[in-house]
Amino acid sequence: MDTATLTEEVAAKTIPIYIMGKRYEVPETLTIMKAMEHSGYQYIRGCGCRGGICGACATVFRRAGDYKIYTGLACQTVVEPEMYLTQIPFYPANRASYDFETAEPTAETIYKLYPELFRCVACNSCTKVCPMDVEVLDYVSALKRGDLTAAAEISFDCIQCGLCASRCMGEMAQYHMAQVARRLQGGKIAPKAEHLEKICGDIDSGTFNDVLEAAKAMTEDELKKVYTEREMEPHMGADEWTPASNHGLA
Amino acid sequence: MASIPSPIHPENLKAVNKIAELSGQNVHECMQCGTCSAVCPMVESMGFTTRMGIHYLQFGEIEPVIKAQIGEYCASCHTCVVRCPRGIDVPKVFEAVRQLVLRTNTDLIKPQEIPKDTMAEAPQIAFVSTFRKLTS
Amino acid sequence: MKLGYYPGCTLKTKAANLEKAAMASLDHLGVEYKELSRWNCCGAVFSLTDDDLIHQVAPVRNLIRAAQEDCDTIVTICSQCYNTLARANKLVRDDEEKRDTLNRFMDEEPDYAGEVEVVHYLSLLRDQVGWEKLREAVTNPLDGLKVAPFYGCTLVRPEEVAIDGVDQEILEGFIAALGAEPATFSAARECCGSYQMIAHPEEGMNRAAKVIGAANRSEADALILSCPMCEYNLGTRQGDVVAAHDGLSRVPTYYFTQLLGVALGLDSELCRLDLNGPAAQELLVDKKFIAAATV
Repeated sequence: MDTATLTEEVAAKTIPIYIMGKRYEVPETLTIMKAMEHSGYQYIRGCGCRGGICGACATVFRRAGDYKIYTGLACQTVVEPEMYLTQIPFYPANRASYDFETAEPTAETIYKLYPELFRCVACNSCTKVCPMDVEVLDYVSALKRGDLTAAAEISFDCIQCGLCASRCMGEMAQYHMAQVARRLQGGKIAPKAEHLEKICGDIDSGTFNDVLEAAKAMTEDELKKVYTEREMEPHMGADEWTPASNHGLA
Repeated sequence: MASIPSPIHPENLKAVNKIAELSGQNVHECMQCGTCSAVCPMVESMGFTTRMGIHYLQFGEIEPVIKAQIGEYCASCHTCVVRCPRGIDVPKVFEAVRQLVLRTNTDLIKPQEIPKDTMAEAPQIAFVSTFRKLTS
Repeated sequence: MKLGYYPGCTLKTKAANLEKAAMASLDHLGVEYKELSRWNCCGAVFSLTDDDLIHQVAPVRNLIRAAQEDCDTIVTICSQCYNTLARANKLVRDDEEKRDTLNRFMDEEPDYAGEVEVVHYLSLLRDQVGWEKLREAVTNPLDGLKVAPFYGCTLVRPEEVAIDGVDQEILEGFIAALGAEPATFSAARECCGSYQMIAHPEEGMNRAAKVIGAANRSEADALILSCPMCEYNLGTRQGDVVAAHDGLSRVPTYYFTQLLGVALGLDSELCRLDLNGPAAQELLVDKKFIAAATV
């Protein structure tokens, strides 16, 4: 939509924001990301999913007259008048490589990869800066006491944006450590889901081969028709609903 | 703090005042009895004794104390504090010397160079202590 | 008194043999406590530099957590945690300016002014339970076991947080209450080598050798301690230390809480002797304090 054609009543009011110290007037309804594009910035890096999950557009800002540091994802945070902002899409961080197959599912794996874990002084700057409200200090503490499961659970919402590492007094990359914990938890500590193992076996043994072959033989139009006409769960249906066909799923 | 004897070079005076500020201790209270060195469990590893360390500091000479690694080897066991007849908190003095080194972004141990077997075997408090005392 | 328990990092894994028997013993002795649900590392060493307040944040944050959980007292078992928490608490209580700075820095937490009391487990045993009551609760007295008490540094220095005066001998009282015999041990209050075992392993080993030598001379059957750092230097590394120094012989090491558990007749699996190495288990089997089948 071309904003220039909108009448004054429906056009959003503009507000001043400061991007890397320079003042811009932007519509007050925009996200930081849209406001930057509105101001003439073109994204090559620092922008990914635009849906608040990829962690590419971490942004730091301050409000007028306030000493506090605020953070948000540029694609999710709406601009405020007089905000001073810059994006920190990447922050250099120590990332250890390891062989997951042979890694022991114990905290010692992390101690060996990231000895700097023990440089944490519990300043809590990591938690205060996290745009996803992850209790970073709590998972760092869990790692130090050897509780991988707690670390994996507490860090679950982490999107690896790296802002914690940018503020860390101990110069650690907390989010890389937590990722090791989540991988060990998911791959080697948490009990395997029985149904997952079964369905993988079914796939391996060819249960769905006929369906897949039939789909592969279809033209694009036929495929679209099958897709759009598929049986779907009703939006306002009863609590108990089962599809008419399970398509070979037991 | 007590007045500083005059033969001290002005540059050294600044340094010794910094030690006093960081440690809260007045090294000029020391009467050089050597009791701290006699009871120090790590004195054999230091370049010279804790008594000599204090003596250098009385003249504002910090560099030799850094080179002798007194602050690096002091594990803050506080045995000397109990025994010092002049009531000087000796570990505070040498911690101040060490802090002056660490505050120039100098690490006295590199965490990534600790053997992996040690990282897996030793208790967590060992690493927290080591890094607090010896990394910047 | 509402008593909170602050475990500390090492007690959940490597020093589980320090924690498990300790908590089971408190239950057995009828001491009520609540383990803190949220805590971080204590910092392990107390910062001695006047302007270095950032290193006071870790211990003070734990004290805030204890206050948030309505505890008026917290008990710790690890000597280093005790020392760091107690000294930080004293700093907050005594120095108004530093207290204000710390509170302002931790602007996301409620203010703290030293409301919580920090006690060590040994003090709790002596002052809340009492040696008499403990002696009565012992069902498996450690008769004929000569034990060298190792205090190390952090339980007894500096004086302002010492759990014991020079003459009071809290560990000796503890050993006697279990029915064992305290050894006269010249290195009882010496440094174990501490973190120098990591930074300067050779010097750390030399220091540990002196303590083990003194334990040998005391003719003790065993050495007890309360700190995972001491246990690493004097226990875990003892084989290397003895091998590298002439004239030393091995001596089993235990956390004091393990012998407490054994003497109270608790299930010996709770004492996690598996983490101490075979010699520690064999000695207790030989002395018939535990059954061979359970180790």
